[in-house]
Amino acid sequence: MSVIASAPANPAHPWIAADHASYGEVTALIADSVLLRPAGWRWWIALGVSGLFVLATMVAIYVLFTEGIGVWGVNSTVVWGYAIASYVWWIAIGSGGTLISAMLLITRQRWRASVNRFAETMTIFAVSISGLFPILHLGRPQYFYWLAPYPNTMLLWPQWRSALVWDFWAIVSYLLFSLLFLYIGLLPDLATMRDRATTVYGQVFYGAFALGWRGSAHHWRCYETFQITLAALAVPLVVSVHSIVGLDFAASLMPGWQETIFPPYFVVGALFSGFASVAILTALVRWGLRLEAVITVHHFNAMAKILLLASVVMTCSYATEWFMAWYAGAAADRSLLVFLFTGSYAPLYWMQLSFNCLLPQALWFPRVRRSILCVVLIAIGINIGMWLERILIIWNTLSHGYAVSLWRLFYPTLWDWILLVGPVGLFVFFFLCFVRLVPAVPMNELRKLCREEHVA
Amino acid sequence: MTKPLIAEFSDADSLISAAVRLKREGHQLLDAFTPFRLPELDSILIVKPSRIRLSMLVGGLAMAAFFYFLQWYSSVIDYPLNTGGRPLNSWPVFLLVPFEVGMLAAALSGFAAFLWTCRLPRLYHPIFDTTDFARATQDRFFLLAAQTGKEERSASLRKLLKHSGAVAVREQGS
Repeated sequence: MSVIASAPANPAHPWIAADHASYGEVTALIADSVLLRPAGWRWWIALGVSGLFVLATMVAIYVLFTEGIGVWGVNSTVVWGYAIASYVWWIAIGSGGTLISAMLLITRQRWRASVNRFAETMTIFAVSISGLFPILHLGRPQYFYWLAPYPNTMLLWPQWRSALVWDFWAIVSYLLFSLLFLYIGLLPDLATMRDRATTVYGQVFYGAFALGWRGSAHHWRCYETFQITLAALAVPLVVSVHSIVGLDFAASLMPGWQETIFPPYFVVGALFSGFASVAILTALVRWGLRLEAVITVHHFNAMAKILLLASVVMTCSYATEWFMAWYAGAAADRSLLVFLFTGSYAPLYWMQLSFNCLLPQALWFPRVRRSILCVVLIAIGINIGMWLERILIIWNTLSHGYAVSLWRLFYPTLWDWILLVGPVGLFVFFFLCFVRLVPAVPMNELRKLCREEHVA
Repeated sequence: MTKPLIAEFSDADSLISAAVRLKREGHQLLDAFTPFRLPELDSILIVKPSRIRLSMLVGGLAMAAFFYFLQWYSSVIDYPLNTGGRPLNSWPVFLLVPFEVGMLAAALSGFAAFLWTCRLPRLYHPIFDTTDFARATQDRFFLLAAQTGKEERSASLRKLLKHSGAVAVREQGS
């Protein structure tokens, strides 16, 4: 174990907790946890437990496909349930990963180096999982490919005005784009792994993916140009993807949905829950891979400030919704607003408000921001609150539309619950495999950070 | 021209000062290999700006235009379907898909341009045979330089590299 791992926090170098960290030590700290250190029993237990969740998810999907969506609690009024709420929630978490990585790259935030890699990976896994839900809720999932324009014997085209088609292109483009963004960031590190690998398999595996990278000045220049340009594209892309998710609702005619604020409001929600998820993952990776030296309390402090800002904007968005419902004067909108605060789902709505608006206000205090445990607990609260927001957007509006005769509630079934928690295990499963395969922190950026902070 | 020399440095600053010195004395700087990006090297080595961004712009716009055309053709010409009185060419919502697909196409064409300008993938390169070159992706900095002109300057280049703080000076591939 290198010396930098045991060094105390140093206020002179906020982003690296060491007086001295040579390039070799930094490289070894990150690379050895993949190449040399065995996984350990904790990792295997976590993999086993999350494997059970994966199994449960597969069983639930099998039952859904053979029995139909009647196994869920959806009815002819509340036609969307957990599936669409989970879709919005997961894609929001993915968006947070892109935003944390791309925005901080464009604004040249140095502290990004320690957290961007697993934020990007989080995006890939979260977006993959979110892509499952629109297919699952189709009813006839075997025909999902009808969303693509292809020469077919029916001589049909996709309905380009349909939100489902927008979702299809948004998810596919976003997923592939994020994969490329992650891979480009990985390239120099894969070359490091190739050069450090002790087995032939490792050398061939990492060597093939490193594409022969040799760190020439010319390569680095192209790399930087490409990476920054990708980041500059990623920000409008993620905003557009999540705006499309907002449009899925806003393009309808239902009270509480048909609001122009929805696209930006959804994007802020994505930033909010995505940063919260990154904070949780950062704490877990820091603990699991013993990266206390390169992930410091200053990182949590910085992320907590963004969470606080997002929370304030979220609160303003909620207030705008309430205000517009009252000010516009539509009876259905006003009646829905009363239902939000006093109706059948009111306890959940109050819970959502306390998790998303009240709880993060604790982050105004520097002592709370600098406590990793507090930041993680608040982040967990935010993620629960944001999921409640997504499910309540669906439940409240669909249970309380224009026609009083259609007012009906949603009662989740066992399969709803399994498909809610199962994918969380699926995500953990993917993530555990990822940290054993590639360096969780970009080594080349960390070396650069060492030089800029004058610790190397 | 004799065989180029490759000098190994243990930190970035000595590599940069050596490169500046070599350039001043009229030697030919071929390339540098570093474990992270050193922007200072761009002006010293005269690394040309690449056309990656241009190809991204062209690729993205072309794909976006193609997708708009596809939507317009399918819903106005090939399969006109009047639902709810919406115009056949519903351009505001037809912009969503071209935007997404255009971004993806820009990224992919950028990747192709990146590989093209860097001459990658190239799994083997003669420079990999140089002793210790594996450390170029970890913690060492390498400078590839050649002397132009007369034979006697070869010795002077080697000496110059040593004086500039190189840990080792080798011929490429040895």
